Formats: sequence, C-alpha cells, structure tokens
Amino acid sequence: MKRSLIAAAMGLALVAAPAGAEELTGTLKKIKELGTITIGHRDSSIPFSYYDDRQQVIGYAMDLCYRIVDAVRDELKLPDLKVVLNPVTSATRIPLMANGTIDLECGSTTNNLERQKQVGFTITHFVTANRFVSKKANNLKTLDDLKGKTIVSTSGTANIKQINQINAERNLGMTILAAKDHAEGFLMMETDRAAAFVMDDILLYGLAANSKAPNDYVISADALSVEPYGIMLRRDDPQFKAVVDKAMINTYTSGAIEPIYKKWFLAPIPPRGVNLNLPMSEAFAKVVANPTDSGDPAAYK
Amino acid sequence: MNYHWNWAIFWEPSPEGWGSYADMLMSGLYWTLATSIAAWIMALVLGVIVGVLRTMPYRIPAAFAYAYVELFRNIPLLVQMFLWFFVMPELVPEDFGRWLKQMPNAPFYTAVISLGFFTSARVAEQVRAGVDALPRGQRMAGTALGLTLTQVYRYVLMPMVFRIILPPLTSEFLNCIKNSSVALTIGLMELTARARSMQEFSFQVFEAFTAATLLYVAINLVVTFGMRWLEKSVAVPGYIGSSRT
Repeated sequence: MKRSLIAAAMGLALVAAPAGAEELTGTLKKIKELGTITIGHRDSSIPFSYYDDRQQVIGYAMDLCYRIVDAVRDELKLPDLKVVLNPVTSATRIPLMANGTIDLECGSTTNNLERQKQVGFTITHFVTANRFVSKKANNLKTLDDLKGKTIVSTSGTANIKQINQINAERNLGMTILAAKDHAEGFLMMETDRAAAFVMDDILLYGLAANSKAPNDYVISADALSVEPYGIMLRRDDPQFKAVVDKAMINTYTSGAIEPIYKKWFLAPIPPRGVNLNLPMSEAFAKVVANPTDSGDPAAYK
Repeated sequence: MNYHWNWAIFWEPSPEGWGSYADMLMSGLYWTLATSIAAWIMALVLGVIVGVLRTMPYRIPAAFAYAYVELFRNIPLLVQMFLWFFVMPELVPEDFGRWLKQMPNAPFYTAVISLGFFTSARVAEQVRAGVDALPRGQRMAGTALGLTLTQVYRYVLMPMVFRIILPPLTSEFLNCIKNSSVALTIGLMELTARARSMQEFSFQVFEAFTAATLLYVAINLVVTFGMRWLEKSVAVPGYIGSSRT
C-alpha cells in the first residue's frame, strides 16, 4: 500500500515537472547550456554590419542584435552570457546557421518567402528598394533609358533575379552582367563596363558616398521593387523566435529605434565619417508602427 | 543539423526567368567547358612554342621565354584576371578601351585569355622539362645526320617529348578546368558561379554545391580517361610507360 502510494506520487511528480517551468527547446536550450550566443556578422555590409577602422564589428543590425542578446540574457537569467562573433559570407550563412555555429545572422539579408522554406526571420529591420546607380553624365533616369545597354548587378541577389525578369517581360534587350560582390559591381559601372549598377538603394548610397567622386553618380528615382531585410534565425524554433521578436517589437514601440536609426543613417559613420543622410522611408516607418516579419513585398506597400 | 533538404529543387523554375535550376547549372557547365577548352587550346599552342624557345641554343628567344614563364606563373590567376578585365582597357586608347568594355561576352573572352596565358606558362615548363629529359645525344645525333634545328625538333625531339609529358599535361588540363571557376570573379556565369547563385536564390546550399561537385568530377573523369586512352594509343613499345599495358 505504502509502496504504491510512493509510486503514485512519483508518477505525479514526473508528469507535473515539465508543466511547472516551460521546458527550453532549440536555440534557447543550446544558449543556456553553453552560456554563449553566437552572432554571425558581415565584413562589409555598410552600415548594417561591418568592420570599422579598429577591426571592431559595428553597424545598425549589430546594435539591434545586441538588444536581442540583452533580451535573451534576461529571459534565461544568465547575467554572464557570452557573445561570440563569427564572420559569415552570403555563401556560408546557411550552412553555419543550419549546423548551429551561429544563432543569429545580423546583416542585410533579404527576407523572402522562398528563403523562409530554409530559415526563419524576425521582425523586419529595414526596407530597401531595388534601384540603379549610373553616371550623371550619361543621363539615365528610368528603366527605358537602359534599353539595349549593358548593366550589372551582384550575382545571387534578389536584385539580379528581378532585373532579369523585367528584362524578359518588357523586352528591354539589356545585357546583364553578374558581379561577384557589390564593390565589384560598382567598379564595373565606374569603369564603364556597364552603364548602370542595379542594387538595393541603401547599398548604392553607401557605395556612391564612399567612391572617389560621389557627385558623379546618381541613384534612380524609379524603384523596381521593395525588399525587407531581416535578422536570420533557425526555422521551426518558436521559443527563440518569440524572444527575439519581442525584443525587436520592444525596440520599435519604446522608441529606442529612433536614436539607433539616426546614429547609422543620419550621422557620419565610421570608418570614413560619411553621412548617408537617408531619412526613414515611408515603408520602414510603417513597419516601426506595425512590426511585421512578412517576407512578402506586398506587405510593405 | 537544422537543414531542410530538398533535392526536388533542381526541377523548380529558376528565378532567371527561363528554365529550371537544373537548366541554370547546365548553362554554367556549358560556359565552364567553353572557357576551359578554349583556354586549353590557347595554352597548348603558346606553351609548346614558349617551351621550345626556352630549350633553343639561342640566347634571346630563351631569355624571352624565361621572362614569359616567370611573368605568367608568378602572378596569381585571380590577380591576372583582374588586370586583364579592369586595368588593361584603361591602358589602351580610350575608344578601343570602350569598345573592349562594351563587347558582349567580355568576361568570357577575358577569362579565356588570362586562363590561357596562365596555363601556357605551366605547359611551357613541362615542355622544357620534357626536352631536357631526353638524352643530349638525340639532339647531337640529329644534327650529325645533317638535319636542321627545326627538323631535329620536329622529327627527333618533339615526338618523344609529347609522349613523356602526357601525364603531367593531363593534370594541367584538369587544373585548367578547375581554374576556370576563378572567372566567376569577373562575372562569367560558369558552373561555380551558377551553383553560388542557385544557393543564394533558393538557400539550398548543399544541393547546389553537391550538383556542381558531381559535374566537375564527371568532366574530369572524362578528361582523365580520354587522356589515358591517348597515352596508350600513342605509346612507343619498349619506351616509358608502355611496359604496363
């Protein structure tokens, strides 16, 4: 009798235990066990995530990520949570995220529906548009001005995909070159290998501002599309995503986003003290008012 | 590992506006083959000429060949591609430079030229090694028979040299195919570039690079077997390599 009572009590305790404190799963469990969180960062994604002149990783996305890290620290009650920085490239970010090397990717990664089949994204932290930069002297204003010309975009980006589609749909007969990275795409335009460089406008502003003759270039008013940027995390990890999303929403609703945005887009930034001078776009202001993690460009119109 | 395998990705429509991802990789394969074969032909022709010059008993052609080899094999291929693509058009007269830059398929021609020169320096070294490997008596015997220098090379030395250097030439051809991937840095959409852009569009990294790897292995095996067949069919009985038939 006594023995069966004990057994019953033990059985009850076993059932009750997980219900008391919610069991940690996925990334949160891993962070708690290791006491470290690993942030994947870019090396030259100005002003989102890049090395400054003292080889420190800084940027708009990094500031937001550190707020997420603070939220995780509070959530797990781990005051000495260590942050490890791990550089990633566009080719390594997926494998490193999948195999658990990095927990967050803080940079300028476009959130779209196709990519969501592989990874998750938190609340959008920037909205960019696909535009082109060209030499002022060539007087190219709209897409129709590029008819039959050679243009360049960066290989493997949503931008080159889009310009290819538009080229086919509207029969513009453009020759589209693929550059290895943004700097090289700009170089092709700078050296007249291509008439225009098609890319996210924010990156174009950064490249033009840092070029030898910033006043020689003009960025088109015509926008080909809208692209939301998101901080990347592992897919199917609702517990971690909830903490990260909460931290992002908190940043937006508390108004903390204002000084962070100003610091990176409306003030001189390292390493060369260039001011991008880019007020918050209407599309992004909407996201700040109504935070969303949608990967559908239509949600940002 | 938190990764969503999707091998069916190859049959999904590619974002380029035409065909599937598999078609995209195939077009990459086409450019890889076109680039490496064109560069290889260029490398063989130039390499043989320069390699022979280096072994000639004349000072000036030998010095020229020496300088050629050292120039093209000591500069990294990546840097050479950049120099041909970005710097060379700035050094020529402006109109010609502009014509070069606006030329359709400029990355392809640039890649062939720089890969061709780079590989030719290495082929030249192998040709020289092949000539040096022959006993000096062969050259002397040819001259003693009253053959001119051209005839000595044409009928005595080169037939054996080519047989001796076939195995290292096979490796060089394989290197040439693999080195063609460096051309992605100047915008040539060859196999590696296609695999990279496939992974960026779809985020299916491992599928993209597995397919590219298998394609490279397949091409290289075809080349290896082809060259081995060539080695056997031209082997001189009783001379090197032929005893293992």
